[in-house]
Amino acid sequence: MKVEKGAWVRIHDIILEPSERATHLPEDTKKVPLELWNKGFLLQDATIGDRVEIRTLTDRKVTGELIEVNPHYDHDYGKFVPELLQIGLQLRGILWGGEDHE
Amino acid sequence: MNKDYSYSAVMGRRSETMKKAVGIDYSIFESKGIAFDYEKMMEKTGYTLQEMQKIQGQTGVGNTPLLEMKNLTALARKLAPEGKGARIFIKDEAANPSGSFKARRAANAVYHAKKLGYKGVIAATSGNYGAAVASQAAMHGLKCIIVQECYDSTGKGQPEIIEKARKCEAFGAEVIQLTVGPELFYTFLKLLEETGYFNASLYTPFGIAGVETLGYELAMEFREREGKDPEVVICTNAGGGNLTGTARGLEKAGAKNTQIVGASVNLKGLHMASDSQFNKKSFTTGHTGFGIPFATWPDRSDVPRSAARPLRYMDRYVIVNQGEVFYMTEALAQIEGLERGPAGNTALAAALALAQEMNEDEIIVVQETEYTGAGKHIQPQLTFARENGIKILFGNPDEEIQGENIILPSHPSLIKAREVEMEKLRTSYIKNCVTFNEVKSVSKEDIEFLAVDCKATVEFVEGVLKELGVNII
Repeated sequence: MKVEKGAWVRIHDIILEPSERATHLPEDTKKVPLELWNKGFLLQDATIGDRVEIRTLTDRKVTGELIEVNPHYDHDYGKFVPELLQIGLQLRGILWGGEDHE
Repeated sequence: MNKDYSYSAVMGRRSETMKKAVGIDYSIFESKGIAFDYEKMMEKTGYTLQEMQKIQGQTGVGNTPLLEMKNLTALARKLAPEGKGARIFIKDEAANPSGSFKARRAANAVYHAKKLGYKGVIAATSGNYGAAVASQAAMHGLKCIIVQECYDSTGKGQPEIIEKARKCEAFGAEVIQLTVGPELFYTFLKLLEETGYFNASLYTPFGIAGVETLGYELAMEFREREGKDPEVVICTNAGGGNLTGTARGLEKAGAKNTQIVGASVNLKGLHMASDSQFNKKSFTTGHTGFGIPFATWPDRSDVPRSAARPLRYMDRYVIVNQGEVFYMTEALAQIEGLERGPAGNTALAAALALAQEMNEDEIIVVQETEYTGAGKHIQPQLTFARENGIKILFGNPDEEIQGENIILPSHPSLIKAREVEMEKLRTSYIKNCVTFNEVKSVSKEDIEFLAVDCKATVEFVEGVLKELGVNII
């Protein structure tokens, strides 16, 4: 996908390869690189997957792999967790149910 | 000029970078050995309480509602022996501009940065502090960068942290997201070098002093409403700043008899720097993975001397399990009509248990709440846990295995505050001071410092030192 210069984009980069990482890391973390995601205005026409340069909101030039245009959030309220429903019912029962509350 | 930006080179320039980025020469508070002059550091670099109230007031921070949890109190009394069941209150810190008590910490740090002429501020945080700094930076017209540990190596992020990134961006901050690992600090240092911005660390004297207003407000409000200080103030404890600042504020108000309790959620067995365990956690803060290491070695933070020193002020430290906090979060919504985020609810879960030990005419205060929203709510958090293979069931929370299941109490009487042995924490703190300072002998001054810094007697400190084989000179 072609992306025009000036578009608001998200980039990804490897900061430290596994061999460059700090010592004293858990084994699983040692095996993977330290990765970074950042957003900014694209400084040249490019295609998704290209190595590009962006200008961030603090006016810094940062390079990385172009991964997304007009990045958006899609975190939400999750799926229904039926167990939660029981908690309110139970507490209302303890406080206001039964004989001492007609 | 080609500066060396390798890991070792950047880390090697650490103290020089920090000095420029915090504007404090910490060396003037140091002694030769373990001791340093904490009070002098707080006094010389901080602000007076009145100044802090003014600074915070100008940006709408503080003076949050103090709410009595009448139905939770009634619940505690149903579960407690006759005559027991203290009144439970919460300080609704979600009412701050950025949605948490962290606004108090950020207000002072960002004000200070502006006063010193910095063009921007940087904070390394995956928590509410990021939004707080971003909100304050927006008010003061400063640039802002927030660095977060957010994803595991498969690119899967904690929903709560993603929501916090969104909030930072909503206030105009640049958000840099990283995968798991302590080298976040390396990225952070590189950014400080590159931008020359102020390090709005959570652990500077200004940050911690900013929380003093919370403790002070509590004392004043209770005196006005109830004619006395609260018997117990309970703080969700992670890095220790919340507890330290609140306790200092209560002390400044002269509330000498208020007991200070720390509460953390139990994440036993989950390594904080483990890539594969990162998303097995259902709490991103307020947990033992921060609480215990920071209590027993506060100077592990991103400044040479942390102003957050929880052992100095803590009378008691209790632990609750994840299922209990989820239950209480739902309880707060269902019987108090308040939908609030997870952090303060760790202390709330412990408060329900502790209230049952206390008399009916006594008061226990949970001193914070935080905002809730998409990602940052029990439903998405539990959904995320389930998707990561964590079983969610009703039962006895004592049987919870962190990283494997979340046990919602099948009855509220099963909610417990599990004691952490203070003497163990103090011993481990003293041991860490000896190890990290690489000392073979200590002076009288060191011993006195250690005693105050972990709220122990001189005899206790001497006993531990003797056992460690350290000479006293």
